[in-house]
Amino acid sequence: MEYFLQQLINGLTLGAIYGLIAIGYTMVYGIIGMINFAHGEVYMIGAFISIITFIVLGLIGVTFIPLALMVVLLSAMVFTAAYGWTVERVAYGPLRGSFRLAPLISAIGMSLFLQNYVQLVQGARVKPMQPVVTGGFEFFQGGGFTVRLSYIQIIIVVLTVALMVGFTFLIQRTALGRAQRACEQDMGMAALVGVDVNRTISLTFVMGAMLAAVAGMMVTLYYGVIDFFIGFLAGVKAFTAAVLGGIGSLPGAMLGGLLIGLIEAFWSAYFSVEYKDVAVFVILVLTLIFKPTGLLGKPDIEKV
Amino acid sequence: MTRTPLLQVEHLTMRFGGLIAVNDISFTAYDREITAIIGPNGAGKTTVFNCLTGFYNAPVGRLRLTGARGEFLLERMDGFRIAQKAGLARTFQNIRLFPRMTVLENLIIAQHNTLMRASGYTALGLFGFKAYRDAEREALDLARSWLDRLGLTAQADWEAGNLPYGSQRRLEIARAMCTRPVLLCLDEPAAGLNPRESAELRELLTEIRDQHRIGVLLIEHDMSVVMGISDHIIVLDYGRLIADGTPAAVRSDPAVIRAYLGEEETDQIPPEIARDLRQEGRV
Amino acid sequence: MDLRALFKDAGLAAFVAFMLALPMVGFQTVDVSGGVGLTVVTRFGDVAISVALVFVGRLALSLLHHPSWRLPILLVSAALALGLLVVKTPYPVITWLTVLASAVIAVRAAWLVFDLSGVIDRDEGNRLGDAAAFIGRWFGPVFVLFAVIFPFLPTTSRYLLDLGILVLTYVMLGWGLNVVVGLAGLLDLGYVAFYAVGAYSYAIIARDFGLSFWACLPLAGLFAAFFGVILGFPVLRLRGDYLAIVTLGFGEIIRIVLLNWGSFSGGPNGISGVPRPSFLGMPFHPNPPEGTTSFHQFFNIDFSAEHRIVFLYYLILILALITNSFTLRIRKLPIGRAWEALREDEIACRALGINPTNTKLTAFAIGAMFAGFAGAFFATRQGFISPESFSFIESAVILAIVVLGGMGSQIGVVLAAVLLIGIPEFFRELAQFRMLAFGAAMVGIMIWRPRGLLAHREPSVRLPDAAGARR
Repeated sequence: MEYFLQQLINGLTLGAIYGLIAIGYTMVYGIIGMINFAHGEVYMIGAFISIITFIVLGLIGVTFIPLALMVVLLSAMVFTAAYGWTVERVAYGPLRGSFRLAPLISAIGMSLFLQNYVQLVQGARVKPMQPVVTGGFEFFQGGGFTVRLSYIQIIIVVLTVALMVGFTFLIQRTALGRAQRACEQDMGMAALVGVDVNRTISLTFVMGAMLAAVAGMMVTLYYGVIDFFIGFLAGVKAFTAAVLGGIGSLPGAMLGGLLIGLIEAFWSAYFSVEYKDVAVFVILVLTLIFKPTGLLGKPDIEKV
Repeated sequence: MTRTPLLQVEHLTMRFGGLIAVNDISFTAYDREITAIIGPNGAGKTTVFNCLTGFYNAPVGRLRLTGARGEFLLERMDGFRIAQKAGLARTFQNIRLFPRMTVLENLIIAQHNTLMRASGYTALGLFGFKAYRDAEREALDLARSWLDRLGLTAQADWEAGNLPYGSQRRLEIARAMCTRPVLLCLDEPAAGLNPRESAELRELLTEIRDQHRIGVLLIEHDMSVVMGISDHIIVLDYGRLIADGTPAAVRSDPAVIRAYLGEEETDQIPPEIARDLRQEGRV
Repeated sequence: MDLRALFKDAGLAAFVAFMLALPMVGFQTVDVSGGVGLTVVTRFGDVAISVALVFVGRLALSLLHHPSWRLPILLVSAALALGLLVVKTPYPVITWLTVLASAVIAVRAAWLVFDLSGVIDRDEGNRLGDAAAFIGRWFGPVFVLFAVIFPFLPTTSRYLLDLGILVLTYVMLGWGLNVVVGLAGLLDLGYVAFYAVGAYSYAIIARDFGLSFWACLPLAGLFAAFFGVILGFPVLRLRGDYLAIVTLGFGEIIRIVLLNWGSFSGGPNGISGVPRPSFLGMPFHPNPPEGTTSFHQFFNIDFSAEHRIVFLYYLILILALITNSFTLRIRKLPIGRAWEALREDEIACRALGINPTNTKLTAFAIGAMFAGFAGAFFATRQGFISPESFSFIESAVILAIVVLGGMGSQIGVVLAAVLLIGIPEFFRELAQFRMLAFGAAMVGIMIWRPRGLLAHREPSVRLPDAAGARR
C-alpha cells in the first residue's frame, strides 16, 4: 500500500511534467495541423538554460532559494521562448503552403539540428546539478516503507496546476485565445476577419515553448541530471500523452500526461523498468489504432 | 421503352451530430439515363453522393445498385470496393486528378484492377509474361481512345496538373470511364466551365449515355446542362426530396420554384419597415 | 530605400540571435576541475560575433532587394568567404559559420546579379532535374561501370574500399526506403527496425542452425517483409504525421527489445562470431578447416585479407543493383503506379477502386525486405551486431538520404549517399558537424527544393507509337 502510494506520487509528478510538454504539442497540432517534432528539443534546451541559470546564480552569490527559483523560471521561459519562436519562423513558417510531409521532414531536421547544436556548444556529457530544493514530508505508514512527498514534487504539481488554470483562462477569455481558437477552426476565415494569423501562430509556438521550459526546469530540479538527448524520449512520450488525451484538447493533454506518467511509474515499479518505454510506445500505437481521437478529443470528419 | 432501375436509393438519412443533412430520401436512377440531382446550396446533394460512394456511412438507408456486374448493396461496402466491384465511378467537386502524374498515367491507373489481375498481382508482370503485356496494350488502347475523343492525345505526357481547367474536368470524367463503370457519378462537372466548354460537356455526357450505354448521375447547378440533357431530375432542399420527374415537370413544380426563388411577391413587408421606407420616399 | 526600416529589421534579427546565443553559447557548462559538479565558462566574445554576423548578414540580404547594392555585396561576401577559407584563424567554428553565411549571401547575390532564376526553377520546368535525368539515363551505366572497376583502381586503398562498401550499403537502404517514402509517400521513421530484423535473423539462424550466408539471405528478407506486414497492417491507414510517429515508436520498441532480451539477442553485447560469407563455398581464410578449399588456394594466389573485402564490395554492389532494377521495373507495373497515385491523392484512388491498405502494405513489405537483405549483409560484413547500430539516428540518416536526393529519384539517392556518408567519413575533422549539417540540410531542402536536389519524375508509361503523340 505504501509502495503503491509512493508510485502514485511519483507518477503524478512525472505526469505533470509530461503534461506541460504535451500541451505544446497539442496547441501546435490544433492550430496548424502538424506535429512539432522539434518540441522535445525545445524542452531539452529549457532544461539546459535552467541549469546554466542556476550555476550562474550560484556563481554570483544568489543563495536565497525562492528568488533563485523565480529567476531561473523566468530566464528559462524567456530564452526558450526565443528558441520556440525561431524554430517556427525558420522551419515551419516558410512551408505553410507546401505538401503535407514537408513540415514534418523539416521538423525532423530541426530536431537533429538542435540536438547536435546543444551537443556542440555544451558538450556531450551528462550535466549534473546539486540538489537545490531538498527535503519533504514523510508519511511513515508501516510495512517498513516510508512514503516520501518531497517539496520539489509539491512545487511541480502546484506550479503545473497554476499554469493550467492560467492557460485555460488565457484560451477562453482573452483576445489571443479567441484568435487562436479561430485559427484552429478556419485559418482562412480568421485572416479575413482581421486576425493576424502569423502572429497568432508564432505566439502559440512561444507559449508551448514556455511551458516546455517550465517542464525542463522541473526535470532539472527533480532528477538533478540532464543531457542533450532527453528531448527525444520525453518528446515521444509527451506526444503519446497528447494523443491519448485527445490531440487538440488542452485538458486532454494534461490528462494524457498524468496517465502516461502514472503508467510509466507503475510499470517500472511492478513489472520491469527496462521495458517502461516500450509500455508507453505500445500505448501510443494502441491509441492511434483504436481511438485516434483520444479520450477527450473531437472526431474529425473528412470533407471530400 | 422500358426503364431499368440502376440505382435505388431507399430512405437514405445522414446526420452530422445534431444536423440532419439528408432526411429520408428515396429515388431511383435508371440505366441509360442521365439523372440530375439539383437543389440550392446546402441541400445535401454532395452528402448523398458521399453516402453512395462510401465516404460516409449512412446510418439509415438502402442503396441498391443493379447493373451489368450484378446487384450490390452499397451501404454495406467499403469505399474502394464500390468502385472496384459494384462499378460505381465518381468525379469530385474540386478536381482530384493525380497532378504530378501524366495525363496518360491518370487514365492507366483507372484500369488498375484489370491490370493487377492480368499481371498476376505483379508476379507475371515482373517477368514480362505475355498475358500482362497484352493486357497493358489493351489498357493503352482504351486510354488512347479517350485521349483521341477528348483531343488530348498531344498532351498525353503532360503533367495532369498542367492542363487547362476545362481539360482537367473532362480528363477526370474520362478517367472515371476507364474503370468501365455501370454508373457514372459526377459532382458538378460543369462548375467553372464557360458556355462553349459547357456545350462540349453536354455532348460528352450524352455520348456516354448513348454509346457506352451506362447510367449517369450528376449534381449540377448549371441549368443548361441540367435541363438540356437530363432525362430525369431530382430536387433536394434542406435535406429533403421535394420533386422527382422529367425536366418539364420539375421546371414548373411550385415547390421547386419556391425553394429556388423564395416565396412569391405576395409577401407583406413588415409595417415598421414599410413606414421607414415611406419616410425615405422609397415606397 | 528606407534605411531605418532595414536597420530595424536587422536589429530585430540580431536581438533574436542574442537571445538564442546568450544562454547556450555565452555560458558553457564544464566540469569543475578537480571536483564534482558543474561550473560555467563564459564565451561572450562568441556571442558578440554571432550577433554581429546575424545583423550584418540580415542587412546584406535585405539590401539585395536594391539592385545597386547587389554587385558590391556579391564581391564582398565572396571575398570574405574565399579569404577565410585560405587564412587560418584560431576560431574554427566561428570561421566556418562566417564562411557559410558569406557563401550563402554571395550565392544569393550572384543569383540576382546574373538573373539565374530562369535556370533553376522551383516547380515546373525543372531544368536542373531534367538535366539530372538526362545524365542519369546516359551516365547511369557509366556510374555502374565505375563502381565495378572501383576496387581495381590504383588510387583505391583498403580504406576507400571500406568507404565504398559503407556508401553502397546506405545507397541500398536509401533505394529501399525510396519505395516506401518516395514512391508510396509513407513517412516511415522506423525503417531501421527492418534493417535490424534482417541482421539479427541472419546472425541467429546462422548461430542456431548453421546455415550459410546464401541460405540465410532470402530468409532475412522474408522475415523483414513479414515484420513489415505485421507492423504495417494496423497502422497504415493512419495519416502521414501519425504514421511517422508510430513507425518511430516501432523502431524504438524493436531496439529496446533487442537490448533487453538477452537470451535471444545477446542484449547490449549483441551477437558476435557471425559467420563470414564464402565464395561459392570457399571461405576467405588463410588456413581453412580440413576438407575445404579456401578462396586463395582455389585461384592459386597468395592469401590476402583484401580478397574478402573486395568480395563484400561486389556483394553489396550486386544487392544494390538488384534493388535498383527491381524498383525501376516495378514502377511501370500497376502496383508501382498505384503507389505513386496513393501518394498524390488517396481519396481519388479509393474512388477508382484501388485498395489503399493492401497497396500500402505491399510498399511497406517490399521496402522492409530490401532493408532485411541489407541487414544480413551488414551482419556478415561486420562479423558482429549489437543494438547500438540500429537506433533512430540511422532511420533519420536514411530518411535524410532519400529526402535530399529527391524522393523517387534513383540517382539522387546515390548522390545524397555519397554526399552524406562518403564526404564526412573522408573529412574526419568535420565529423562532429555531420549530424548538424544533416539537420540543417533537411530543413533547407524542404524550404528551397522540397522535391529534393534532383527530383525529376519520369512517366511510368508512354503511348507506344503515333507520330506527334510524344513531346
